[in-house]
Amino acid sequence: MKIIKLMISMFAVFLITACGNQTTKKTSTLDTTKKQGFVKCGVSQGLPGFSNADAGGNWTGIDVDVCRAVAAAVLGDATKVKYTPLSAKERFTALQAGDIDVLSRNTTWTLERDAAIGLEFVGVNFYDGQGFMVRSSSGIKSVKDFKNGTKVCTNTGTTTELNMADFFKAAGVTYEPVVFEKADEVVQAYDAGRCDTYTTDKSGLAAQRTKMSKPDDHIVLPETISKEPLGPVVREGDGDWADVVRWSLNVWIEAEEYGVNSSNIDSMMDSKNPAIQRIVGAEGTKNGAALNLDQKWSYNIIKQVGNYAESYKRNLADTGIMPDRGPNALWTKGGILYVPPVR
Amino acid sequence: MNLVNWTRKNLFSNWHDTLLTFIILFLFYISIPPLLSWMFFDATFFGTSKKDCSGTGACWVFIQVWLKRFTYGMYPNDQIWRIDLAFIIFFFVIGAYFFVNTKIKKILFIFLTIIFPFLAIFLFHGGLFGLEEVETRVWGGLFLTLFISVFSIIFCFPIGVLLAMGRRSKLPVIRYFSIGFIELWRGVPLITVLFMAAVMFPVFLPSGTNLDKLVRVIIAITLFESAYIAEVIRGGLQAIPKGQYDAANSLGMGYWKSHILIILPQALKIVIPGVANTFIALFKDTPLILVVGLMELLGMVNMAKTNPAWLGLATEGYVFAAIVYFIFCFAMSRYSLRLEKQLKTSN
Amino acid sequence: MKILSKTLNKINIFLENNPKITIYFPQFLIILVLTIIISYFSLNASTNMAARGIETGFAFLKNKASFDIQFSLIEFDSNDSYARAYLVGLLNTLLVSGIGIFFATVIGFFVGIIRLSTNILASKVAEAYIEIFRNIPLLLQIFFWYFAVLRLLPSSENSLILFDFVFANIKGIYVPRFVWTNFNFLTYGLVVSILAIYIFRFYSKKKQDLTGVQVPTFTTSLIIFVVINLLFIIIGNVGLSLTYPVLETNRGIHNYSGGVSVIPELIALAFSLSLYTSTFIAECVRAGILGIDKGQKEAAASIGLSKSQILKLIVIPQALRIIIPPVTNQYLNLTKNSSLAAAIAYPDIVLVFAGTALMQTGKAIEIVSITMLTYLTLSISISLFMNWYNKKNSLTER
Repeated sequence: MKIIKLMISMFAVFLITACGNQTTKKTSTLDTTKKQGFVKCGVSQGLPGFSNADAGGNWTGIDVDVCRAVAAAVLGDATKVKYTPLSAKERFTALQAGDIDVLSRNTTWTLERDAAIGLEFVGVNFYDGQGFMVRSSSGIKSVKDFKNGTKVCTNTGTTTELNMADFFKAAGVTYEPVVFEKADEVVQAYDAGRCDTYTTDKSGLAAQRTKMSKPDDHIVLPETISKEPLGPVVREGDGDWADVVRWSLNVWIEAEEYGVNSSNIDSMMDSKNPAIQRIVGAEGTKNGAALNLDQKWSYNIIKQVGNYAESYKRNLADTGIMPDRGPNALWTKGGILYVPPVR
Repeated sequence: MNLVNWTRKNLFSNWHDTLLTFIILFLFYISIPPLLSWMFFDATFFGTSKKDCSGTGACWVFIQVWLKRFTYGMYPNDQIWRIDLAFIIFFFVIGAYFFVNTKIKKILFIFLTIIFPFLAIFLFHGGLFGLEEVETRVWGGLFLTLFISVFSIIFCFPIGVLLAMGRRSKLPVIRYFSIGFIELWRGVPLITVLFMAAVMFPVFLPSGTNLDKLVRVIIAITLFESAYIAEVIRGGLQAIPKGQYDAANSLGMGYWKSHILIILPQALKIVIPGVANTFIALFKDTPLILVVGLMELLGMVNMAKTNPAWLGLATEGYVFAAIVYFIFCFAMSRYSLRLEKQLKTSN
Repeated sequence: MKILSKTLNKINIFLENNPKITIYFPQFLIILVLTIIISYFSLNASTNMAARGIETGFAFLKNKASFDIQFSLIEFDSNDSYARAYLVGLLNTLLVSGIGIFFATVIGFFVGIIRLSTNILASKVAEAYIEIFRNIPLLLQIFFWYFAVLRLLPSSENSLILFDFVFANIKGIYVPRFVWTNFNFLTYGLVVSILAIYIFRFYSKKKQDLTGVQVPTFTTSLIIFVVINLLFIIIGNVGLSLTYPVLETNRGIHNYSGGVSVIPELIALAFSLSLYTSTFIAECVRAGILGIDKGQKEAAASIGLSKSQILKLIVIPQALRIIIPPVTNQYLNLTKNSSLAAAIAYPDIVLVFAGTALMQTGKAIEIVSITMLTYLTLSISISLFMNWYNKKNSLTER
């Protein structure tokens, strides 16, 4: 008996000492990134136009360009990015656990995600909305044409799944969701005829259509049933890092507003316009220092990645996925792309 | 005359045997010719794209074009020689094993179990001595299947031995811990263990530790399989007559000495077929890692079949993968059966 | 070196003089190591989660799930809670396991017996069946049936129709639904007939014990069952009608409604689980039958039992004693393997709860633990039942 008592008390002592010794050391992501020399970025497992790897393992897409912009700002080299392709299931855990430092994976900004699960959304790089795709032979012209018993294919664990439930409930239509974890499997199930319609973000519909056996046989219905602001995410509780990602994004977009792009930036260096001087990080501006970055942080972004318009053209317009800027045009040109001033 | 007698005895001995024979022959008649013409006679074997497949049969061009990806995953083409080299060494050593004397056998065994794993990891991963680093996320295909199953079995063996001994221990804490550990892993499906590795492990590690996903998966599979191995080994320990324990004790051997020198060598010899069966089960379970995004052979087939240029060739891909898995599993199960028979006769 | 061996010797002598230490020390060490590991990991987890403002706990189970599930045995809609979604998943797991266990047993026994047939062709075919289906990974088989075979079915408007009764297309298989009137009487009839058979068996056994006269129990039971149920059906005016699935067309979209729909995900999963597990059951059955000593049959024959009596009274009871424990183990494996549903879209507990719910809530630790605990409970309860059964039926050697 005595020995058991001794063991219990030892156990307690050990627990207390173990608890006491644990000190939470806050490490700054910015410092670690500078030290290790690359940005750890989480991307999708393959969504053309947003983040997609070619056979040689090179990543392209408008989400990828966010990662590259951050790398250019912090390290002065847009290629210093380590990409981790993530499923919808892993993406938040990977960020929380530090496997990645930026999640740029067509992720919708919602209250629940921002507030409850330890994430911080820093902005929006693509304004999207959920739509439906049907076979043109189905004769469906509008979401109002769906009747009871419609079979709908989509991705599980996304906001799409929730919007769809809300939408059909409001419309009073019963439906059967067929949900897969992988986007490719959703596309194939719909393509094979397992479902009557396929729903996801409209950009996703356009991108995935290229993976179907006969892309021209399908149409996207005109209605948009939800708001899907997609943007980069960082861990909660590291304000400096969030600022770096946020302003890399903002300067990337604001460069378009002032017509600064990768080919003319060198000539813009001696522009008389103070706003442009701030964007290009000309002598005497202090944006870089405020972010604990190099003076040339924004120059590097625009020189190496280009501005938002260049990225959009390269990844979404020229590839035919989303030729029309739509809501993603600048606010001065009829869109809603409007970022806080870089000053 | 003999043949007639043989058929009469074995196929038509009474009315229901006769009926059965005819039913089976009829089933063969309707199923085998179309199957053969799909697989061989109408199939297309050579080409470079799906367009080359014109016949009504299988399109084996798909396999031919993707074979490299099915075997090595997304491993860079110019580095594939490293995988080949490691496997050549592996098979060379195993082959040599059968032709050398006992002394060299021992050296080879030590090389294979202790040095080779490190050598293989160095070759596969690189990053040292000028060898280009290849990240684990591009590893895939049959190579990854073999890598995961071989390394998991190597790691789970010692854990399994300890657990099996623990479960037979007289000390209650150790016994109950072993029972709890074994039953926990045996009671849950592997898929939940893999989810745990993918989404739970990272939360339990200090922030900023970036444990490679492949490592996490191997840890998960090792924990899971060690429980099964432990039960197999426990069977072996139980089969050792009590006299052996008593004899070891009477020689003044302690617990560890008697186990290491007397009991375990005998027990492990008995359980070799059981361990082989567990290895087959483990091998058949590896495709599951695709739920956490690692692409071994089946995962690569799944990826290839969704490639827009190769749509509609799922059957060919799955048939190919099935044949590969079948060859491995069948060969191993026959080998373990032979071992079992050898053990029976030697006893 | 000398000092080292001396101290080792001293330690040995000390341990021999204090045998309690050799008992308690290792146990203490294990507890210590376990505590270190557990507290290390939980401290990490709590600091990690505190640093990122993640709430823990099981309160989320009461929240509204806000998603729909394709197929459920109980009513479910997006207003229901996560707890109910869990229940839907669990019931779907049990459903597919139940179906799988039934067919695996039937096929397994059939193949196992054929494997022992004197007809060499039949036994070789059975052997080939066993070797093929057990040596191909289950996940691959599921994929094959789901992606390669069921995807070849035609679209709804061109369904395959069997006897105007079964409608098969890529969206599933549709069969008529039974609609009973006065169903209560049928259940009463079933209860009464089972009771009657039980009483009859009791008395016939008594009679056999007393007089040695055997009553043909099986035939009589069958007659009792049919007669009583027919009586109840006629008296209670039990009616059965069928509602057929109807093809409904909404512009160019065709869907069957009415009747019972079986989704292809369920078919593929149940089918592959049955085929895969049946090979293991067949081997158990073969081992069970081979395990019976030839002498048993000869002895039975020598005391004048007929061939069917030998099978019924001697072979089957003994074979079952050998067969049941490993077969139960296979049932357990089948239930655990049904978790592969997550790879196709069958909404079992892993897909609904450890998939969708996990991703919607981000509560990885809680949800993975609940899921594992559920399977653990299933496994442990089945193995407890097995232990009890084995104890009850084990041979009492005299």
